[in-house]
Amino acid sequence: MIPLSNYLILGAILFCISMAGVFINRKNLIILLMCVELMLLAVNMNFIAFSHFLGDSGGQVFVFFILTVAAAEAAIGLAILVVLFRNRHSINVADLDSLKG
Amino acid sequence: MSFTMPDFMPALPEMFLLGMTCFILLLDLFLSERSRIVTYLLAQSTLLGALLLTVGLYEEGRALTFSDTFVIDPMGSVLKVFIYLATFLVFLYAKDYLRARNMFKGEFYILGLFGVLGMNVLVSAHSLLTIYLGLELLSLSMYAMVALQRDSLQASEAAMKYFVLGAMASALLLYGMSMLYGVTGSLDLGQINNSTAAMDGNSMVLAFALVFMVIGVAFKLGAVPFHMWLPDVYHGAPTAATLYLSSAPKLAAFAMMMRLLVDGMAGLQEQWEGMLILLAVLSLALGNVIAIAQTNLKRMLAYSAISHVGFLLLGVLSGTQAGYAAAMFYAIAYVIMGLGGFGMIVLMSRAGFEADNIEDFKGLNERSPWFALMMLILMFSMAGVPPFLGFWSKLAVIQAAIGVELVWLAAVAVVFSVIGAFYYLRVVKVMYFDKAEAGMPAISASLDLRVVLSTNSLAVLGLGLFPGGLLALCLAALA
Repeated sequence: MIPLSNYLILGAILFCISMAGVFINRKNLIILLMCVELMLLAVNMNFIAFSHFLGDSGGQVFVFFILTVAAAEAAIGLAILVVLFRNRHSINVADLDSLKG
Repeated sequence: MSFTMPDFMPALPEMFLLGMTCFILLLDLFLSERSRIVTYLLAQSTLLGALLLTVGLYEEGRALTFSDTFVIDPMGSVLKVFIYLATFLVFLYAKDYLRARNMFKGEFYILGLFGVLGMNVLVSAHSLLTIYLGLELLSLSMYAMVALQRDSLQASEAAMKYFVLGAMASALLLYGMSMLYGVTGSLDLGQINNSTAAMDGNSMVLAFALVFMVIGVAFKLGAVPFHMWLPDVYHGAPTAATLYLSSAPKLAAFAMMMRLLVDGMAGLQEQWEGMLILLAVLSLALGNVIAIAQTNLKRMLAYSAISHVGFLLLGVLSGTQAGYAAAMFYAIAYVIMGLGGFGMIVLMSRAGFEADNIEDFKGLNERSPWFALMMLILMFSMAGVPPFLGFWSKLAVIQAAIGVELVWLAAVAVVFSVIGAFYYLRVVKVMYFDKAEAGMPAISASLDLRVVLSTNSLAVLGLGLFPGGLLALCLAALA
């Protein structure tokens, strides 16, 4: 049987990859949105693993809510992306520099 | 397995809000452009109705419902009342501004009301799940509200930054929550509190969970070093949205901190105290120093908001009832002052002119002595000059810090509030001692905006002269 720690390490690796993606990526906003989604999925991995090993179903219920909210979040994120593209004609992260001070 | 009906009464205001918001959402579709005022009036009456319900349901002690995920207690009720009032003022101030920019649409009010619902859920949360859902309902509404001005480059850029950083903050908070769930085996804040109190404070996973959750809360509050989004969003968003973001959500963020750290992890107070001290000192220093360099008033007020968060943390980190009450008093006082400050920008702006630079206030005293006086009251209050409200709120949190023998921290707070006084007084100097530029028209705001904004400023003075009532209310709410 696979121990709990393996699941947690996988969750942590996914979380770190997505975090690195947010900070290293300077090219494409869509990749940034994907990283944010991956972050939530890493959390889901944690919840499911804990829920299974604790024998408590609360964590699995939480995952359903996270998935639903993530869908709503992606919808709003893409909508903002479309608005931004119309105004700027670019989805390059480095171009987001008109607000400074 | 039997299913018992939960007690719906404690959540009556929320259900009323949800029902009315859905009704307005539908009704707004059938309204013509000219009768849009109906949406506005309905939104305002919804807030008033929810306020009456919340006041009517007020009782001492706490009640749990919906399988212990929802709590109603005096702190929650008082915060909810101020959330309704603040949002009421935001809608009122924003009306003319939105009209002049062709943004007077139902969406602003619907997003605002859904945000209020999210804040209410957050304030009444008694489970990690309800905290998350309330927070997301609030955040998603705010992202959309910032992006509401679709043809504005600045607004869409601000919305994107806000969205990415806000979503990341939610994910960090969730990661902490998943760890906490793993350690304690429960999502219920009461049970989490019992488990964490029983554990010894050296558990690695628990410390890990705590760090992630404090980071998440700090992001939402806008405490340094997690403040990067705040100045850009306040600056880039249309002022009507800035008005909304800077007011009621601060109360909700305070409530979230109280629920998570105090209701959920009171046993770890020693550990989160240190983290909050770090956040408070950094926020006070960076907020006050960088605000000096700003020429844009919205940006300056954003950095001032960061420094106010530092003061608010001062009250929470003390870990005493008096400290929590002082922090709550500070949050409410800040919301009243911030509404006035951003309200002045809305008042001065008109079609095609934003009035968000400090220079736009040049010689305001010649053009409108009354509103120059109102702005003077607000700026003095934010700077913490007696006898205005801001002085008493600063005094209360500094007293709380001294009460737990953090005298050095209190000294730091005083030093930075003196530094901070400089940029508030600069606005006063520009209004009273600089010459007005020729061709600046007189203020042409409508009567209701003038009257309510004046009342708002005078309330800062009135509550400053008689701070006892509000302070006693906060103390009673947390007793």
